[in-house]
Amino acid sequence: MEGFLNLAWLAPVPPFLAFLAIVLFTNRNKTVSALVAIGGAVISFLLSWPIAFAAFGAEHFGAHPVEGQLFSIPTGNSAIHVGYLVDAPSALMLFMVSFLLVMIFVYASGYMTFPHHLSVADYPLAASQGKDPRYSRFMAYISLFATGMMGLVVSNSLITFFIFWEVMGLCSYLLIGFWYEKASARAASIKAFMTTRVGDVIMLIGMMMLYIYSEPSSLMFSEMLNVHNLEHLAELSMPTNWAVIGGLPIIGIISVLIFFGTIGKSAQFPLHVWLPDAMEGPTPVSAMIHAATMVSAGVFLLIRLYPLYAVTLEAAPAAMQFVAFIGGFTALFAATIAVAQWDIKRVLAYSTISQLGYMVAAIGIGAFPAALFHLLTHAFFKALLFLGSGSVIHGVEHGLHHVHEHSHGHDAHGDEHGHGHHAPALIQRPDGVLNPEDAQDMRNMGGLLERMPRTGWTFIIGGLALSGFPLLTAGFWSKDEILSFAWDGGNTIVFWTLALAAFLTAFYTMRQIGMTFLGAPRTEMAEHTPESVPTMTWPLLLIAPFAIFLGWVGIPGWFGIPNWLEGFLEHHIEYNQFHVAHPHFSFVPLSVSLIVALGGLAVGYMVYGQGLREGEVDPVRKLLGPIWVVFHNKYYIDELYQYTIITFTLLLTNLLYLVDAKWVIDPIVNAVGRFGVWLAQVGAAFDRLIVDGLVNGVAAVTNLFGGWLRNTQDGKVQVYLMVVAVSMMVWLLLRAMPILLTLV
Amino acid sequence: MESQNVWLLPVILFWPAVSAIFVLFSNNDRLIKWGSIVASLVPLILSIYLMSAYDYTAGGMQFEVRAPWIESLNASFHLGADGLSVPLIFLTAVLSTLSIYYSAGTIRMRVKEYFCMFHLLMMSMFGVFMALDYVLFYVFWEISLVPMYLLIGIWGGANRNYAAIKFFIYTLIGSVAMLLAILAIYFVTGTFDIIDAAAAKPFADFPPDRALLLGSLVFWGFFFGFAFKVPSFPFHTWLPDAHTEAPTAGSVILAGVLLKLGAYGFLRIVLPTLPVASQYWSQWVVALGAIAIVYGAFVCVAQTDLKRLIAYSSVSHMGYVMLGIGAAANVLTPEGQKAAMETFNLSQQTVMDSAAMAINGATLQMFNHGIITGALFLLVGVIYERAHTRDLSLFGGLSTKTPHYYGLMMVAGFASLGLPGLAGFWAEFFTFRGAFAIVPYWAAFGAIGIVMTAVYILWRIIQNVFLGEYDPHKLHHWTTVYGEEADGPTDMALFEKITLWPLVIGMFVLGIYPTFILNYFNGSAVSILAYIQSLYS
Repeated sequence: MEGFLNLAWLAPVPPFLAFLAIVLFTNRNKTVSALVAIGGAVISFLLSWPIAFAAFGAEHFGAHPVEGQLFSIPTGNSAIHVGYLVDAPSALMLFMVSFLLVMIFVYASGYMTFPHHLSVADYPLAASQGKDPRYSRFMAYISLFATGMMGLVVSNSLITFFIFWEVMGLCSYLLIGFWYEKASARAASIKAFMTTRVGDVIMLIGMMMLYIYSEPSSLMFSEMLNVHNLEHLAELSMPTNWAVIGGLPIIGIISVLIFFGTIGKSAQFPLHVWLPDAMEGPTPVSAMIHAATMVSAGVFLLIRLYPLYAVTLEAAPAAMQFVAFIGGFTALFAATIAVAQWDIKRVLAYSTISQLGYMVAAIGIGAFPAALFHLLTHAFFKALLFLGSGSVIHGVEHGLHHVHEHSHGHDAHGDEHGHGHHAPALIQRPDGVLNPEDAQDMRNMGGLLERMPRTGWTFIIGGLALSGFPLLTAGFWSKDEILSFAWDGGNTIVFWTLALAAFLTAFYTMRQIGMTFLGAPRTEMAEHTPESVPTMTWPLLLIAPFAIFLGWVGIPGWFGIPNWLEGFLEHHIEYNQFHVAHPHFSFVPLSVSLIVALGGLAVGYMVYGQGLREGEVDPVRKLLGPIWVVFHNKYYIDELYQYTIITFTLLLTNLLYLVDAKWVIDPIVNAVGRFGVWLAQVGAAFDRLIVDGLVNGVAAVTNLFGGWLRNTQDGKVQVYLMVVAVSMMVWLLLRAMPILLTLV
Repeated sequence: MESQNVWLLPVILFWPAVSAIFVLFSNNDRLIKWGSIVASLVPLILSIYLMSAYDYTAGGMQFEVRAPWIESLNASFHLGADGLSVPLIFLTAVLSTLSIYYSAGTIRMRVKEYFCMFHLLMMSMFGVFMALDYVLFYVFWEISLVPMYLLIGIWGGANRNYAAIKFFIYTLIGSVAMLLAILAIYFVTGTFDIIDAAAAKPFADFPPDRALLLGSLVFWGFFFGFAFKVPSFPFHTWLPDAHTEAPTAGSVILAGVLLKLGAYGFLRIVLPTLPVASQYWSQWVVALGAIAIVYGAFVCVAQTDLKRLIAYSSVSHMGYVMLGIGAAANVLTPEGQKAAMETFNLSQQTVMDSAAMAINGATLQMFNHGIITGALFLLVGVIYERAHTRDLSLFGGLSTKTPHYYGLMMVAGFASLGLPGLAGFWAEFFTFRGAFAIVPYWAAFGAIGIVMTAVYILWRIIQNVFLGEYDPHKLHHWTTVYGEEADGPTDMALFEKITLWPLVIGMFVLGIYPTFILNYFNGSAVSILAYIQSLYS
C-alpha cells in the first residue's frame, strides 16, 4: 500500500497534460477538447480516490504520512527538495477535490453554451454549434486550474504549495475575465488578481521569515513544522524596538503575515472585495474556484500549518486573537451583506465569504479538525448551490430567449413584453435597481421548483445544509463542531458572533430559496424556464448526497456513534506531538445550533416563503430602512478603496513618471549633456580667440561634436546628479591618483 | 585546472568576427541573411557543448586560455569560464541567434552593415563574459558600445539620434570611471589579471583607514562603470530612450545581454576584488536596487507606449539583481557576517546560504530577464510591424483576432510578473529569500514592486492590447509583417513563432525545473563566497 500512495505526485499531472493537449492540439475541436479535459480530471480522480481511501482504511494512517522527493534545487550548501506528501489532511482534500472537479468539469461541458452578450453575427460557427466561441480555451483553463489545486494538496513544502497557489490565482484571473468583452468581467479579473496578490506578497514575506528563522532553514512541512523548530521560533523575538511588533515572538509575526495569504485567497475582510465581483466568471468557475477549491485553499493553508498556529496560540495569543477576530468579523459582516443582495450568485458569494470566516475563526480558537470538517462539508454543499444557481440562470436565460422569440412571432403583443433585443428600461426600486431581463436577479424569478424540479430539490438540499438544518445535514454537524469548540474554550465573543452569523445564514438561505423556487413566477421568463440538460443536472444529483451524508462521519462521540473523522485526524495531530482537544458535551452550543438554524429558516420562511408578489418591495428593506441600504451597498467598501488606495496609487505612478522624464532625473542628464556642449563651445572660443591656428583641428572636432550633441537637446535645464558624478570623477583624479602614484 | 577543450572559448569568441568579415565581402542580401543565420548557429551549438562540457560539480574556472598579449603592459590574453559565465555565454548565443533570425525577416535597409554590426556585437559580448584580464575586459566592453550605438542610430525609430548619443555618452562616462579603477588596481597589485588581482587582496596591507578610503574610491569607479550599464536607479534614463528607439533585435540584445554586462562586472570583479569596500557600501547598492524595483514598476504603470513600458520594466527587474548583489556584499567580510548573525539571530550556515541565494537570485534574474524581456521586446516588434504604432490606447480585443500572439504574450507577461511555475518566479524568490535574511527592511520595501508589476502587466498590457472587443475604427492602417496591406491585425508569421517559441519553452523549463541553470550559478556563488571568506578571514 505504501508504494501505491507514492503515486500521489501523479495526481496533478493528467489535468496538466490535458491543458497542454488542448492548447497545442485539440483547440479547434470543442467536443474533443471537452472530452480531453474531462478525461484528465477523471484519471486524476481515479488515482486520487484509491489513494484517499487507502489512507482512510490504513491503521493509524495519521502517524504514517507518505512522503517522497522528486528533485532538488540547490540553495548555497543546502537545497530545496521538491516532492509530495500524503497525510491525513491531504487525503481528505484529495477525496473532496478530485470528486468535485470531475462533477464540475462535466457540468461545465454542458453549461458553456453560446453566451448572450455576444452577437451571433460575429461568431457564426460557434453560434451554430451552440457553444461558447472560446469553449476549448475554457476547458484548457479549468484543466490548468485542476493541476494547481491537486498540486497544492499533495505539496510537501510551502514553496511548492505557494507555486500551485499562484497557478490557481492565475486561472482564477483568466476565468473571471473569461467573457472579457464585458467591461465588468475585465475589471473583476484584475481586481481579483491584484487583491489576492497583495495578500500573497505579505504572505511571501512571512514565508521568507519562516524560511530564514527555522532551524534547519527549510520550508518543508516535515522539517519546519517539527515541534522543536516551532518552539525555537517561539523563543526568538523580533530584532527591532518598533512599537506593536517589537519584542513579540517571531512565531506570532510569521503566523500573522502568512495569514494574510488566507485573507486574500479566502476573501476575508478587508481583502474580501474581489470575490463577489468574481461572479462575473461563468458559473462552473464560481462553483469550482470561488466556492469549493481555491478559496478553501486559503483555509487549507492554515490547516496545513496548524502546528505553527497551535504553537502560536500559546506563545503569541494576540496573533491568534487577530485570526479569530478577522474570521468572526468576516462571518457576520458578509452574512449581513448577503441578506440584502438580489443577484442569486452574489448571495452565494457573500455566503461563501461568511462561511470561510467561520473556518478562519475556528482556526483562531484552535479548532483545527472542526475547521477542516467544515471546509469539506462546505465545499460539497456550496458547489451544489453554485451549480444549482448556474442551472437556474441558464434556465431563466432560456426563458428569456423564449419570450423574445415569442414576441418576435407575434408583434401584436410586442408592446406588452419589452422590446426584443434592445436593452430594457431599468426599474428604480427602494430595494435596488432592477433590470427586468436580468437572469440573475431573484426578483425576476419565483416558482421555479415546479419548472426545474431536479435543480430545485438539490438546491434546497444544499440550502438546508448551508443553513445547518439539524441532525440530518452535513452543515449542521460541522458548524456545531465549531460552536462547541468556541463554547468549550470559553471564547464567548466568537461563539455568539458565529451563532448570530448562523442565524443570518439560515435566514438569507431561506430567502433565496423562497425568492427563487417558491411562490409564483414573477416574470414571463421565469414562467418559461425549462429544466437544464442532463450533463448539468446529473452532477447536482451526484453531489447532493454528500451535502447530507458527509456530515455523519464527524458526529460527535457523545452522540453514541464513533466519530470517524476525529479519530482519523487524532493520529495525525498526535503524530505531530500536539494534544487533541475534545470539547465536553454541553447543551448550550447544541441548543443554540438548533435554535439559530431552525429559527433562521422559520423567520425566512415567514417572510419569503411564498416569494414576493410582483412589484412588492423587500419587507426587510422596509423594516431596516437605511441600514438595509448600507448592507445592499456592501458598506461602501469598494467606493472607499477606489477613492483612497487606487486613486492614490495611480497619482503616484504619474507623479513618479513626471519626476523621471520631465521634472528631475532626465532633465539633469540633459543639462549635463548641455553643459558638455557649452564646455566644448567655451573651449572652442578659447581656441579661436587665443590659441587660434595652433589647435584648429581640435577645435573643429570639438565643435563638430558639440553641434552634433546640440541637435539632441530640447530645452529643459537642471543640474545636480550628473554634475556630482562628473565632479566625483575629477575629484578621483585629483585625490586618488597622487596617492596612488606615491605608492609605485 | 585541466586543459581540455582549450580551443572552445577562442572559437566561440572569434567566430562572429570571422562571420562579420564574410558579411563584409558579400553583396547579396539573401546570402548575407542566410549566411548570418547559419554562422550564428555555430557559437550556439558550441555554447551548448560548453554547457555540457563544463563540470559544475568541480566548479572553478575551466577551458582556460592564457597567452602573453601586450607585454609592455603586462596584459595577457586570458580567457576562462566558470559557473557564472557559462550560462551567460549560452544566453548570449541563444539571443543573438534568435535576433539574427528575426532580423532576417524584418530588416530591409542596409542589410550588410546591419548584420556585420550584429556579429561584432556578439563577439564583444562573448569577450566580456570570457575575459579574465582587465585590459581584455575593457577592450571588449568598449567594443560592445560601437555596434549598439550604430544599430540604434541607423536602424532606430524617429528620435534615434538623441537616444543613440545619450546611450553612448552615458556608458562612455561610466567606462572612464571604470578605467580609472582598473588603473588603480593595476598600480596597487601590479597585474592586469582579474583573478590574480583579487588574490593579491588590493589595499589589504595598508592601514585600515587608508585601505578603506582607497578601496572605496576604486569601488565607486567600478560602481559607476557597471551601474550605468545595469542601469541602476538614478542612472537609468538612457535606457527607456535607447530601448524605445532601437530596432527590435537591438532592444532584445540590449535588454537581454548588454544590461547583464554591468551586473556581471559586479560579481566577477567588484565583489572578489574589493570585498571590504563592497561590504562598506553595500547598503547603498541594496537601497538603489530596492528603489529601482519599486520606482521602475510605478513609472511603468504611467506609460502609454508599449515598448517604453517594457523598457521601464527592465529598470525594475534589474533592481532585483542589484538588491541580490548588495545583500550578498553585505556579508562578505567576517564583520559583516557577524553583524548579520547577531542582529537576526541566525547561524553562520544560514547567513552564508542566504548570501548564496541572494547571488543565485541575482544571476538567475540576469538569465531569466534575458529570456523574458527578450521575448517581450520581440512581441512588441510583432505588433509594431503590423500596426506601426505602439500606443497602448489604440489597441484592444486582439485576443480573439490573434490568439497565438495573445498566448505567447500571456506566458511572457506572466513570467515577467514572477508567476510561480514560470522562470521569473525563482529569481525573485531567491533574491528576496537572500535579501530578507540580511537586509529585511529594504527587501520588504522592494516587495511592493511585486504588486505593481502585476498592475502594469495585467492592467496596462494585457487589458489594453488584448481584452475587450476589437474596434476597427481605432486604428485604420494595418499591414502584415511583410509590409502588405491588411484589413486588421494578422496573427504571427512562422518566422516569428520560430523566434519566440524557444524563449517561451525556456520560461516553462526554468519555471518548473530551475535546477538546470542553478547548478551552474549556485556552484559559482558558493565558491565566490568561500573564496572571499578564505582570503579575508
